[in-house]
Amino acid sequence: MIRLENVRKLFKIGRERIHALDGVDLRVEANEYVAVMGASGSGKSTLMNILGCLDRPTSGVYELNGKPTMQMSQGDLARTRNRQIGFVFQSFELLPRLNALKNVCLPMIYAPGGWWGSQKRARAALERVGLGDRVRHRPNQLSGGERQRIAVARALVNHPSILLADEPTGNLDSRNSEEILSLFDDLHREGQTIILVTHEVDVARHALRIIRMRDGRILSDLPRESDPVIARAGNPAGSAP
Amino acid sequence: MTRLITWPLDLLRLLLQSMGLAFGQIWANKVRSALTMIGIVIGVASVTSVIASLTGLKMNVLKEFESIGANRIFLWADRPETGPQKNASWQTIQFTPELFDHALEYCPSLQYITRYAHMEQTVKHDDVSVENVSVIGADSCWYQVENRRVQQGRPFSLIDATQGTNVCLIDVDLQAKLRLDKECVGQTIQVGSRTFVIICLLEPRVEGMFSGGGNSGHTFNIYAPFNTIYRITQYMTNVEAAARSPAQSEEARAELRFFLRRERRLTFDEPDNFRLQAVAEIMRSFDQVAIVITMVAGGVVAISLLVGGVGIMNIMLVSVSERTREIGLRKAVGAPPSAILLQFLVEAVTLCLVGGLIGLLFGQLFTVAVMAAVTAAISGGKSGVAPMQATVPLWAVGLAFGFSALVGIVFGMFPAIKAARLDPMEALRHE
Repeated sequence: MIRLENVRKLFKIGRERIHALDGVDLRVEANEYVAVMGASGSGKSTLMNILGCLDRPTSGVYELNGKPTMQMSQGDLARTRNRQIGFVFQSFELLPRLNALKNVCLPMIYAPGGWWGSQKRARAALERVGLGDRVRHRPNQLSGGERQRIAVARALVNHPSILLADEPTGNLDSRNSEEILSLFDDLHREGQTIILVTHEVDVARHALRIIRMRDGRILSDLPRESDPVIARAGNPAGSAP
Repeated sequence: MTRLITWPLDLLRLLLQSMGLAFGQIWANKVRSALTMIGIVIGVASVTSVIASLTGLKMNVLKEFESIGANRIFLWADRPETGPQKNASWQTIQFTPELFDHALEYCPSLQYITRYAHMEQTVKHDDVSVENVSVIGADSCWYQVENRRVQQGRPFSLIDATQGTNVCLIDVDLQAKLRLDKECVGQTIQVGSRTFVIICLLEPRVEGMFSGGGNSGHTFNIYAPFNTIYRITQYMTNVEAAARSPAQSEEARAELRFFLRRERRLTFDEPDNFRLQAVAEIMRSFDQVAIVITMVAGGVVAISLLVGGVGIMNIMLVSVSERTREIGLRKAVGAPPSAILLQFLVEAVTLCLVGGLIGLLFGQLFTVAVMAAVTAAISGGKSGVAPMQATVPLWAVGLAFGFSALVGIVFGMFPAIKAARLDPMEALRHE
């Protein structure tokens, strides 16, 4: 599903050249649940942006569902984001003037033929995340957890092949975090491929595969059970043993 | 294949959605949008009201000329500014009654021609007297030239004209003023020291804005055969002619000029010692002047639309930087640059068009006010004169809207391109 080969990303800040990614090889198959961990500056956000087609690698190969993305135009990248990728951001990124339903409708505006039944699909997505009764509420009338669930509904509404979550619980208290993470677990169980970026062990332990990054390189790529930190901390309650 | 079929629909949908967004945005920032639109409102209002006032004025003036008679030609003797006759005495310059005896024979495009003589007299009937009445001597065809209608009685006969009998035509205004009987034809009035028989009652002249110069100021006219008055004054004031049709008035004018030059024995290098003025000619030159004025004034006030456009651009730039995160999000969920471009472009155009619509309404109001003021100024406070009509012509509406849309596109393009080019990640990180 995802194939990265020797991906590099170079940023030039003044005279300084920073290798945000310094030769990353990665494969992710369908229905995997991956957590990318690392300190800030480790390159995990850059990796996320490249995986999400928000950014193009300086060199290397990135194939998404068998299609190379390196030569894509901005328009093609936008279309790919629209159809293949659902984003969940740390700060929700809901449009404050739109109600929950309209916010969830947003990706369908840019999808072909999304005109018909878009309201119905948005409503279904909101029901899927348990907000069927909050359809007409505006983001500022809802709690943080509810807002993030709207964002998840928005990410899912075009049935993307990958759900990309960048610190999805970073702005939430522990109760709401748990709510969102158990929603992710459910989605994964239903077959959704999920990649999430976090620096919290409690969040990462929901994933089945842990990738650790440092200085733009992959430090370790292990199943949850083999990751030293998480294995020591034990299995989280509520997830599979 | 399916994309080929659905893309126009998708474009339409995107356009509609962009319009919805634009209205939402305008509504959410009411005060700011209103302030931004003021430039466009003033621009469109002035463009349309200037155009409407000028076209209205033009229409009214042309209608006025029409009522005078587009086929009419005025002639009067005039000392030339150069040549041997420039210091000639008035006696040698002025028209003589015999001069026009053969005019109709030599000028085939001419239908009527009448000479005029004029004096001012006190008119009396029984005890009622009216001072300073214009007594106009004219040939029998004058009422065809002037397009006046007879209410009672008969026009001048050949005998009246050739003999110079003391008969006169009066109009109903004077009839009322002199307290004549309703059936006054056949009665006599005193004109100065002479007694005139009323042979005809005329309908009053249709009062116009510019015409009726003789009638305004409440002077009264009576008409008598030319020879009758000429015999008294020994002075011929001017001549009026009518071409067979307005289209022929240019020909008629040329024929008359040629005829007069020959009759007055002017050599080819001598300038005219008379003047000819065709109404059709005045109308045409007025029309041209009006077009030029409309264009110049329209162009000048169009500059205010450009100023308004700069305001639109400014506010759109503010809007783009305020909504950077929103743009980032839209891009992240799959909005291609073209969709973002369209969204901001539509917003700018919508602002301009709404401003244009309001401007059009104000322009209409201005126009009504201007026309009322102009009417008041021209008629000099005369009551009963209907205000001049002027509506914004359809092409001016189109022009105003087209121009505001153009301003929206031109000045919205730069901010829209700026928005479309934003990097989605950086936009999302923007505070």
